[in-house]
Amino acid sequence: MDTFSKRKYIIAGIMLGVAAIFVLRLFTIQITNKTYKQFATRNVLRKVITFPARGLIYDRNNALMVYNKAAYDLMIIPREAKAFDTTELCGIVQLDRIELRDAIKKAKQFSYYKPSIVAGQISPEIYAPLQEKLYKYPGFFVQSRTLREYPSKSAAQVLGFVGEVNQSLIEKDKYYRSGDYIGVTGLEKAYENELRGIKGVNNYMVDVHNRIKGKYNDGITDTTAILGQNLLTGLDADVQAYAELLMTNKRGAIVAIEPATGEIIVMVSAPSYDPNLLVGRQRSTNYGVLVSDSINKPMWNRAIIGTFPPGSTFKLVNALIALQEHSITPFDRFSCSGQASSPIKCTHNHVSPLAMREGIRESCNSYFWNLFRSMINHAPSPAEGFQIWRDHVMDFGFGQKVGTELSSEVKGNIPEVAYYDKYFGQKKWNSMTIRSLSIGQGEITVTPIQLANMVATIANRGYYITPHLVKSIQDTNRVYRELKYDKKETGINPEYYSIVIEGMQAVLEETRLSQSIRIDSVIICGKTGTVQNPHGADHSAFVAFAPRDNPKIAIAVFIQNAGFGATYAAPIAGLIMEKYLNDSISTSRKELEQRMIETDLLNVIQVKK
Amino acid sequence: MPNRNNVWANIDWITVSIYLAMMFIGWINIYAAVYNEEHKSIFDFSQQYGKQLIWIFAAIFIAMLMINTDSKFFVAFAMPIYVTILLLLMLVPFIGTEINGAKSWIQIGNFLLQPSEFMKMATSLALARFISSYNFKMHNYKSLLIVAGIILIPVGLIFLQNDTGSAIVFGVFLLVLYREGLNGIVLFFTFLIALVFILTMVLNSFVTILVLTIAAFLINFLIKRKSKRTLVALGIFTAIFAIFWFINYLIQGSIEPVYFILTAAFLSSAIFFLWAMVLHKRSLAVLIGIYLGSVLFTVSVDYVFHNIMEQHQRDRINELLGIQSDIHGAGYHVNQSKIAIGSGGFFGKGFLQGTQTKFDFVPEQSTDFIFCTVGEEWGFLGTTLVIALFMGLLMRLIYLAERNRSKFSRVYGYCVATILFFHFAINIGMTIGLAPVIGIPLPFFSYGGSSLWSFTLLLFVFVRLDASRFEQLSY
Repeated sequence: MDTFSKRKYIIAGIMLGVAAIFVLRLFTIQITNKTYKQFATRNVLRKVITFPARGLIYDRNNALMVYNKAAYDLMIIPREAKAFDTTELCGIVQLDRIELRDAIKKAKQFSYYKPSIVAGQISPEIYAPLQEKLYKYPGFFVQSRTLREYPSKSAAQVLGFVGEVNQSLIEKDKYYRSGDYIGVTGLEKAYENELRGIKGVNNYMVDVHNRIKGKYNDGITDTTAILGQNLLTGLDADVQAYAELLMTNKRGAIVAIEPATGEIIVMVSAPSYDPNLLVGRQRSTNYGVLVSDSINKPMWNRAIIGTFPPGSTFKLVNALIALQEHSITPFDRFSCSGQASSPIKCTHNHVSPLAMREGIRESCNSYFWNLFRSMINHAPSPAEGFQIWRDHVMDFGFGQKVGTELSSEVKGNIPEVAYYDKYFGQKKWNSMTIRSLSIGQGEITVTPIQLANMVATIANRGYYITPHLVKSIQDTNRVYRELKYDKKETGINPEYYSIVIEGMQAVLEETRLSQSIRIDSVIICGKTGTVQNPHGADHSAFVAFAPRDNPKIAIAVFIQNAGFGATYAAPIAGLIMEKYLNDSISTSRKELEQRMIETDLLNVIQVKK
Repeated sequence: MPNRNNVWANIDWITVSIYLAMMFIGWINIYAAVYNEEHKSIFDFSQQYGKQLIWIFAAIFIAMLMINTDSKFFVAFAMPIYVTILLLLMLVPFIGTEINGAKSWIQIGNFLLQPSEFMKMATSLALARFISSYNFKMHNYKSLLIVAGIILIPVGLIFLQNDTGSAIVFGVFLLVLYREGLNGIVLFFTFLIALVFILTMVLNSFVTILVLTIAAFLINFLIKRKSKRTLVALGIFTAIFAIFWFINYLIQGSIEPVYFILTAAFLSSAIFFLWAMVLHKRSLAVLIGIYLGSVLFTVSVDYVFHNIMEQHQRDRINELLGIQSDIHGAGYHVNQSKIAIGSGGFFGKGFLQGTQTKFDFVPEQSTDFIFCTVGEEWGFLGTTLVIALFMGLLMRLIYLAERNRSKFSRVYGYCVATILFFHFAINIGMTIGLAPVIGIPLPFFSYGGSSLWSFTLLLFVFVRLDASRFEQLSY
């Protein structure tokens, strides 16, 4: 008899035990544990993003200021790559061996199965030979992209530039993925949401070698890319380029506004740079150079972030406020003793005593501090008088962001009552303590855009439309959407404007300026300003608008260390207005134009007189 | 009473049905695993699934051939078959073809045959023949030596061909020997060795020795119920350990604590062993012997692992035991395999809807990892069905083996059942991360003619033997 027959139970038991363990294990991994299902989806799913072309930017005459050009990224999937001729590839894509090696190493660290960029933003000229040789490099492929191109090479700080999105933004905004482009400054930043369009996503299933095997879920979850929207700006590309040419080798800013609409026609900040420098593979190198140029600061948009005392140009505002407050009449005269005037001397040589029209024409300091005193003293106390004055000044858009689309705009400074109370002590100051304000000096600072806005307000005889760059947006259906901008009233009687404008007209017709700034058959109204500069030569400022009736352009020119406003700022403003109104410069002013272009105020050692 | 002389009437049709069902399910899953759009027909003979159909028909032909063979043939030719295939195996290094680093294939025309696959059947026949002979006694020195020879000679040859997986399979004959009367102690020690090995790997040698020591004291106490003696022993052990540790501490030595526990283990064992010998306490001596053996094994495993094994072998072991999980390195295949099976859920993704196996995330998806396709496309229902089929077949085989009066048939039957069981356990265990990644196929499921035929041969020799259970075998 078989004595070990019972052992069949032990053997069968071992087998059933193993089977039971397997069933238990399968129960956990197939039913209770859900992570395997997620891993499986992650394994096979590959999102392929299609990038829409970024929206275009046009000027007021429908001329292209920014468009897209083709560029290519050389990509690698490390797993599929085989040994290849590095020297040849380096030669084609113009990369040195170390860069190539590092890029491949980085790609491997990221993923063996997913594509990484080896060389980004390759130009079409390099792409053509690369494509022919690409068959020699398994694992490499090319992905197309679009890059920005700036045909007029001008308005760099206004248009801004596009760069790779940074990590902190990727975490904040789910739209962006690493390597995406985003508007970093200027209009590119301000209208990022309109310009970028909407990325499309194709979901594919891939095998272990990352080869596409078909659409995921039959493409139900796929989306198509939607093109970026185009911007129609109020800029005039030709005049912008001309203004930049005039600002060659000068430091300063120019803003020109169409008074009736608030559209910015010209916005110059000099020194500037060619916006095409911040495109393509050289972008990061060039960006570093531009940002670290602490002398020229080419990346700064001085038109909106530069703050200066407005100088004599501000006398126009003081005149308007005094008239509105009835502290004087246009016919009230004040006497001037020239250099002997006290407390502010007058450097201008003119008749005395003088009324408002002559006061503006001669920019008489004595007239304006008297005017200012009458205005402040008109109220029960200096503080109240000052507060009334300040409220009026704020109505012109000073001391606050005027509200362009450019987010870096600054407020400038219009001091408050509290400031003087603190500085001098309460009731320990009066109109004469703060007399510098009467001639646009002292604590008051403004930006060029605010100054341009002021002259636009005068041109409009009492109101301004928020200055802006973009008029309308052309959506994906090619339909224009007009943008609405606020109209702001100054609350000063239009007839007072006429009196001040009369003075401004006299500035250009009855002083020496009439020789250097003239547009045939157009009446120009303007005002010079010389801003005292404790650090060197005075700054040169000039505001103007033209024509006198139905003004088409209001302009503010501010040139640092250029001396009297009449010397450089005024002729440059004149030339720009002429270019805008007549499309060309009269031959009689070609010599002046040439002199302005050639003047170099950057490379001269400035000595304060 | 069935017709005792008609072979076909005596065939166990349950076994045959399960066999056919497994081959069919296997074929369907091979189709799903390597399915591609360009070759949609399951009968496309340029693809694995088309070929597998040919292998299946050939397998059925082999099965019928076996059934039509006189059962006395297997008994009479057991040893010649064994010797022939052994010779073939020896020839492999000279005339063989190398595939995947293992030179274990012989090419005959378009066919690749793996002699090691057929060696399992041959060894089973030889074992059955020898164990059923009259002069065999299980605990006879000479008999055991011959049994060891029959098993270990092919194992050695297969090892030399770098086909570790196939070689390990032969270890399962231990279960057959156990059924035929081998002392249970051998099985116990096998388990003990495996346990100590895993403990050493998962923990470290210090903790393992500590666990062993505590276990030894506990067993001693539980069996003999002599708390005083146990306490004394514990005291001596602790004292030796403490003294050495303290000396090391005093001289600011940098000797690792594992050496103190080793010293303590050896010294106290020596003391008690002598004491047990003097007082003729045999059970105590045996206990100490096992204890000391285990401790030595721990130390040597530790040494072999760290000083002799190569990195990739260490990785595999570490991965298997869950010590380190590097999903991009050694654990990649197992992880992908678990993802495939796990993503199937309860009902599975449906026929041809699997993505993980089809898109090559799982390696060897039609051969060693065919179970992944089952898991992904048929879910928990499919996997339990396959396990149930295997259990059904194995239980049936044990039942058939036990009902045979012929010892030869019974031993051979157990060989078949345990070989199939071992393949089942390692193959499925590997896909779900419970067994090491040893490349052995899942019987009747995995793609490949050689393995399908060898398993068919293995099984149907037994089906034929069982069909003639009413005959009086004479030899």
